[in-house]
Amino acid sequence: MLGLMASSPTTDAPPTGARGQGWDYSDVTRSEATLRRFLHGLPGVDQVGADARAAALGTRSIKTTAKAFAIDLAIRMVDLTTLEGADTAGKVRALASKAMRPDPSDPTCPATAAVCVYPDMVATARRTLGTSGVHVAAVATAFPSGRAALDIKLADTRDAVEAGADEIDMVIDRGAFLSGRYLQVFEEIVAVREACARPNGPSAHLKVIFETGELQTYDNVRRASWLAMMAGGHFIKTSTGKVQPAATLPVTMIMLEAVRDFREATGQMVGVKPAGGIRTSKDAIKYLVIVNEVAGTDWLDPDWFRFGASTLLNDLLMQRTKMRTGRYSGPDYFTLD
Amino acid sequence: MAEKNVVSTGSTGEARPANGFDYAPAPESRSIVDIKASYGLFVNGEFVDGGGKAFKTINPATEEVLAEVAEADAADVDAAVKAARRAYDRVWSKLSGRERAKYLYRIARIIQERSRELAVLESIDNGKPIKESRDVDVPIVAAHFFYYAGWADKLEYSGYGGGNPQPLGVAGQVIPWNFPLLMLAWKIAPALACGNTVVLKPAETTPLTALLFAEICQQADLPAGVVNIITGAGETGRALVSHPDVDKVAFTGSTEVGKAIARAVAGTNKKLTLELGGKAANIVFDDAPIDQAVEGIVDGIFFNQGHVCCAGSRLLVQESIAEELLGRLKRRMSTLRVGDPLDKNTDIGAINSAEQLERIRELSAVGDAEGAERWSPPCELPQHGFWFPPTIFTGVSQAHRIAREEIFGPVLSVLTFRTPAEAVEKANNTPYGLSAGVWTDKGSRILKIANELRAGVVWANTFNKFDPTSPFGGYKESGHGREGGRHGLEGYLR
Repeated sequence: MLGLMASSPTTDAPPTGARGQGWDYSDVTRSEATLRRFLHGLPGVDQVGADARAAALGTRSIKTTAKAFAIDLAIRMVDLTTLEGADTAGKVRALASKAMRPDPSDPTCPATAAVCVYPDMVATARRTLGTSGVHVAAVATAFPSGRAALDIKLADTRDAVEAGADEIDMVIDRGAFLSGRYLQVFEEIVAVREACARPNGPSAHLKVIFETGELQTYDNVRRASWLAMMAGGHFIKTSTGKVQPAATLPVTMIMLEAVRDFREATGQMVGVKPAGGIRTSKDAIKYLVIVNEVAGTDWLDPDWFRFGASTLLNDLLMQRTKMRTGRYSGPDYFTLD
Repeated sequence: MAEKNVVSTGSTGEARPANGFDYAPAPESRSIVDIKASYGLFVNGEFVDGGGKAFKTINPATEEVLAEVAEADAADVDAAVKAARRAYDRVWSKLSGRERAKYLYRIARIIQERSRELAVLESIDNGKPIKESRDVDVPIVAAHFFYYAGWADKLEYSGYGGGNPQPLGVAGQVIPWNFPLLMLAWKIAPALACGNTVVLKPAETTPLTALLFAEICQQADLPAGVVNIITGAGETGRALVSHPDVDKVAFTGSTEVGKAIARAVAGTNKKLTLELGGKAANIVFDDAPIDQAVEGIVDGIFFNQGHVCCAGSRLLVQESIAEELLGRLKRRMSTLRVGDPLDKNTDIGAINSAEQLERIRELSAVGDAEGAERWSPPCELPQHGFWFPPTIFTGVSQAHRIAREEIFGPVLSVLTFRTPAEAVEKANNTPYGLSAGVWTDKGSRILKIANELRAGVVWANTFNKFDPTSPFGGYKESGHGREGGRHGLEGYLR
């Protein structure tokens, strides 16, 4: 396994994106045994050391111009999310409006990357967002538990894609993963990715949610990351937001190490999305510091890093206003959607 | 597998600045410290003039003169020892452990209250990054006083002194410049807890936090003479350790000076503990948690600019992963931020003195001459002050001087090994034996290798972790005696 990773220091190498690197893991994924051998051959993660490294990066002091840069970038990386049983068309329209114009009083405020909704709300979100450029992301595959037959998960995915979703956030079968049926998880991701295809347009992008709060160990997070990347996921995502703990700094760091190593090995870039529990600008900036120092500056872009969040956005807006005006405004000066 | 399209989000698409996420300067304010123009000696609870020729202490990051500091001559040393003896006879040895503990707890709390001041002053005088003085040095200093305060009334359970342990008397203590306040704490806290009084000499390049500690002793109403701080260079230290009325000598510093002290103390009744140099092996096996091992290597050699006696200055990496590990290490080193010690984002600060910088340069040049390959990440060093970039030498063998001599700077020598037996053999093949590190996911191997390593501290899947409850000290030319933990009491009791 170790030999797969190139050894030259290439933190700042240009993103090679995708094409023509000719990497091939078909010998790894041809059987349960080979896949298992590969995943268990990945270097281990020492939990104490990983936690300490993430905590140390969390002490970076991001001020003035760097903070302004980070806040605007974080806003552009938000997948503004509502995933409630109580969601209605009205709620989704309000959220989509917010995503396009997070701060109506300030035209320089950037839009968020996407809104994230259940499949039945995709059409509504799509209509509201129009050609604004803000994407529609839909959770699918029997989100959040993933406990349904494969054909139901695929139908769920196709339904969202047909309704106009640009991005699909799927969940892996954690039961299969934890019982060691890695090939099943792999094949499911491949199948969902195929279901993301659109006959008359670009394929929807696939984010693969691990629910790291259920996988628990960092070794599992690293294995799940490689599994999803080999299966063709465009993004790897920590959590559904429905299980505690959701995103954490160390888990996100380990996923960033995985995408960094995957690019070294294959030339392919994969995005990372922590989701759930990121509520303050201070937290978001810590994540961006880790992106910057672990994966490198190429990932400092909404194409390659996202925040799955809802309350985070207003805190970012408050901090943004504070930086512009020098004063904090009360919460009533920011819209509740 | 199908090729991947680049996701394009339609968000405003602002151009990323060419330099990406550049951290703006985040300097810690200096305004909290009040550096006086000149400092005297702290003897018998008061600041007094010194008889020697006053010297200057500078900020190694800027070469700015910070203050003039008195030099203690032989008469001053004698006065300080007399003050300590008087305090011992009349007050300190007569107090119950419980009463002594109250003072130590009080000192510990004041250190916590004034922690920012101490951290800033330490970074200014020493050159270490504020994030280390703030998050490592000062918190451990406070923890050390808290820890030994807890022992003061429980000494009969320490296992030393046959159930009725007694203090030794006056301790003469000489400490180095790499962790000025932390080494002070390692010396003073156990000495006082055990009922001794002390005369301590800080290093001549870093006296300021010790002098601030003297003020803290006044603030804590510590009886006069229990702690005396005398400043000066080698001559002052020599006078202190050879003073006939000193019962205990404790020294941390170079092996060369340690040997001279051992000679000076030989044939007397003085009890001696020495904590000297090191050339620690950091051993990385092919099944190591590799990203954490890279962090451990970085912590091992670049923490405190490598001015650490237990620094992991020899990386022993299993040949089968050497190339990959070095690639990762170099990538990681490229993210290290070298510069203003007071900037909260600085990872590597200034070399403590021109003299030390010269020694690092000299030994690095020897490494070049011996045919090792030098590598440093591109990094801009400030114009003034003393700086050395984080550096690794590859292609180093046991026969190279840079694999044998302590460089005491941010310079790592990389060697390889093929089998666990070879790793142990190479790790132990040094006149030193202070610390070592083992990186492997295999628990049984950790235990086996740790038993075979002749080093006082062996870290497993971590490096440079310090805790007051853990004993610290060396084998062979790294010294004798232990500081910290229950074992740290032994050097101050009879």
